[in-house]
Amino acid sequence: MTATPFKSAERDAAKRMNRSELTRRLVSKLKREEAVVGGIGNTNFDLWASGQRPQNFYMLGSMGLAVPIALGVALAQPQRQVFALEGDGSLLMQLGALGTVAMAAPSNLAIVLFDNGVYQITGSQPTLTSHGTDLVAMARGAGLAQSAWAADEAHFEALIDLALAGGGPWFIAARADDQPPAGVTERDAARIRSRFMQGIAVAG
Amino acid sequence: MALESAAHTPPEAWDEIVVRVLKANAVRLITYVPDKVLAPLIRRLHADDYFTVLCPAREEEAVGIVAGAYMAGLRGIVLMQTSGFASIPTVLASLAVPYQIPLLMLISERGTLGDHQLGQAIVCRLLRPVLESLGIEHHAITRLDELEFIVGRMIQQAYATQAPAAMILSPLLTNRR
Repeated sequence: MTATPFKSAERDAAKRMNRSELTRRLVSKLKREEAVVGGIGNTNFDLWASGQRPQNFYMLGSMGLAVPIALGVALAQPQRQVFALEGDGSLLMQLGALGTVAMAAPSNLAIVLFDNGVYQITGSQPTLTSHGTDLVAMARGAGLAQSAWAADEAHFEALIDLALAGGGPWFIAARADDQPPAGVTERDAARIRSRFMQGIAVAG
Repeated sequence: MALESAAHTPPEAWDEIVVRVLKANAVRLITYVPDKVLAPLIRRLHADDYFTVLCPAREEEAVGIVAGAYMAGLRGIVLMQTSGFASIPTVLASLAVPYQIPLLMLISERGTLGDHQLGQAIVCRLLRPVLESLGIEHHAITRLDELEFIVGRMIQQAYATQAPAAMILSPLLTNRR
């Protein structure tokens, strides 16, 4: 038996899309004050640039915690749909969170992964996904059965529509191109928290 | 007779008191990474429908879950041992402290007062210096008769001042028979 290097056909077949554009497409579908947690770096920069909804939370540090933070929001407010937006480098830091989400199984939580294969903000050093790690396969292996690569923009929107209908948890992955983010998030952490809490109807 | 029966009523155990104080302060979400000392408390919390109990893979995750839940109106706490605490300073410094999140931490103090684990003994030295340097309120609880006061007051102050709080369970409290 010889070991052949793993190569993900599913990931390879997915179209590389623009993170800013996909974020705008996602946000344009949010009509019911859905909460969105943006992971550190370019992921939340693009969320910020898509329009500063009060229901958005922007992470300025704590790399890898977008999914756990979104899980906490989802558990506290089961009637509200919650999205965690995360990059491949960030998710690789906290892979156990996928199993935690599978265990807690919140029907109102969707994880959206933008996988550009690099640590773009620090100089585009390759992440493990550039060497064959398939985060959709890892999500499935962690117990998230509803995990898929978005084949193209239309498929991405169709997957978001499914998540908006509930029945989660969902793991929606999109391969992203090398374009820079469309803006930069403000840096006032206390104000970000306070506005988010008011946006999701908690006095902050 | 009354005196005799009172003398035979066992005092409330430390883990029973913690459960009671958490309930009194509406702290319903429990996240933990296991610890042998905390085991009786963890068993009690799992057995009580009042609480939602999660055991994520890492303490950092637990901090994120409790932070998110707080912002969405649900009070929570992270239970961990000393070595677990040593894995979270970066998320305390970049999430809980700057975002002014009243993150409650209940830390079983390992690596001191007779612990045979060398790793625990070394990592134990990080606990207070890290809390001090981050400006996080912390108290060690050594006596059963002070437990309710310290835990209750620290929880109330954390929410009133929007600040994290570290409650350290000393072996003097948890290991005394």
